[in-house]
Amino acid sequence: MSVAMSAAELEEVPLLEVTGLTRRYGARIGCADVSFALWPGEVLGIVGESGSGKTTLLRCLAGELQPQEGRALYRGEDGETDVLALPEPARRRLMRTEWALVHQNPRDGLRMGVSAGANVGERLMAVGWRHYGRIRETAGSWLDRVEVDPGRMDERPTAFSGGMQQRLQIARNLVTGPRIVFMDEPTGGLDVSVQARLLDLIRGLVRSYGLSAIVVTHDLAVVRLLADRLLVMKDGRVVETGLTDQVLDDPQHNYTQLLVSSVLRV
Amino acid sequence: MTEYNFAYLDERTKKMIRRALLKAVAIPGYQVPFSSREMPMPYGWGTGGVQVTAACLLPEDVLKVIDQGADDTTNAVSIRKFFEKTAGVATTTETEEATIIQTRHRIPEAPLTEKQILVYQVPIPEPLRFLEPRETETRRMHALEEYGLMHVKLYEDISRHGHIATTYAYPVLVEDRYVMDPSPIPKFDNPKLSDCAALQLFGAGREQRIYAVPPHTSVVSLDFEDHPFERGSAGADCALCGASDSYLDEVITDDRGGRMFVCSDTAFCRARRRAGYVGLLAAPYEEGAA
Repeated sequence: MSVAMSAAELEEVPLLEVTGLTRRYGARIGCADVSFALWPGEVLGIVGESGSGKTTLLRCLAGELQPQEGRALYRGEDGETDVLALPEPARRRLMRTEWALVHQNPRDGLRMGVSAGANVGERLMAVGWRHYGRIRETAGSWLDRVEVDPGRMDERPTAFSGGMQQRLQIARNLVTGPRIVFMDEPTGGLDVSVQARLLDLIRGLVRSYGLSAIVVTHDLAVVRLLADRLLVMKDGRVVETGLTDQVLDDPQHNYTQLLVSSVLRV
Repeated sequence: MTEYNFAYLDERTKKMIRRALLKAVAIPGYQVPFSSREMPMPYGWGTGGVQVTAACLLPEDVLKVIDQGADDTTNAVSIRKFFEKTAGVATTTETEEATIIQTRHRIPEAPLTEKQILVYQVPIPEPLRFLEPRETETRRMHALEEYGLMHVKLYEDISRHGHIATTYAYPVLVEDRYVMDPSPIPKFDNPKLSDCAALQLFGAGREQRIYAVPPHTSVVSLDFEDHPFERGSAGADCALCGASDSYLDEVITDDRGGRMFVCSDTAFCRARRRAGYVGLLAAPYEEGAA
């Protein structure tokens, strides 16, 4: 496939196509035979209970774990590549440029010892920016976009609240303009009002930058708000897929039915 | 009776260190692991430098040892005595006469030649250490040339102080490939690292690493386009020899704010005074006076 694809062509093929992805921990299964496609501008939710393999799947895609089987075909700026077969340097370069990973705990995704501005600027410096003024300006504008007061950019993340840390982590990931963002329980550990604001922010960012995202969560309310499509996982396997509203309002698989009916109503 | 093998270390150990040195010279700026030995001095006193010197010494070598530029400080005197006793080599305090110079925190002012080896004592060889504590990760970053983090440190300097406030152990890029910690030399000395005629060897005893800058290798201090590297200066001349282009130490002379600046390189200062240069506060030159 040529590098110069027209926008129309891009719309017709998935950005990421995963087939038969399997990761075993010894004899145990982490996730088995997972296949799905992610389309440009789409948010895909992966739901399931603890131990269902959703984090394993995400970590395999983000390059933190090596799966035993499967392919992940990515159609990026350099054409079509099987990401799982990429050598480590190319893989890490991808995670700094076209892909991004937002951790559940902001402390895993941030450098707590340096200022907020340096946290956002690090990705820019990693791709070769060497002009202090421009790095600072860009970092400031991204802090503003995630609703962190740019006046606090010289403070360390330790001085920030949990919600601010998570927003800072999102700014740090989006600053280089990635095409796919992986999010692992992005609202976990936050109280409900902060959660609502963060979800609103993520939704706005995804829409305005045309991002594709894969959101892993056990919280059905999060995917109801964010995701276009859902993948329901149980014991390492995908048991149901479909449009979010369809899956949540008319669940077919008995595990999905159990999941949907387990949500507490206030 | 105390009978030492030449230069204290046994021949097999010296051979092991020389192999590490050869590898270090072949890959400028790359940290080569070596199995550092216990030396009869505490870590932090130059155990790495001493082992490198011991592995390089020949009976006909002339050794000079400096600590912060001076030949007469404790560390310099004791290491010089150590090699006088264990190797019986000639020693000197003149930069030009020496064939091997072991140094802590300075590069001599006098230009070095192809016939000389400069051995640095290194406390922490990993320039990325304070931002990335995992050794597995820093090694991977070196292997993949992922050096964005080094600029994060300089960014922090500017955001906090308005300029790059790192004044010693200022990170450099060697031969366009490896980022290296030049040991805690003042950044004033950084330009001297580049295209130096002498072989420069770095030994870190506690951290068990050896690295090298071969003669005439390009060494560039890292910076930002809008905050370029600056050598810095004390803004004064040496009070004893009047030199305006050497690295100066500030000496407090009383408790009312009185101070003077003198060359940190004592051999350089002495040579200038011998040649008749006089600073503002200098007494007439007298051989052996100081």
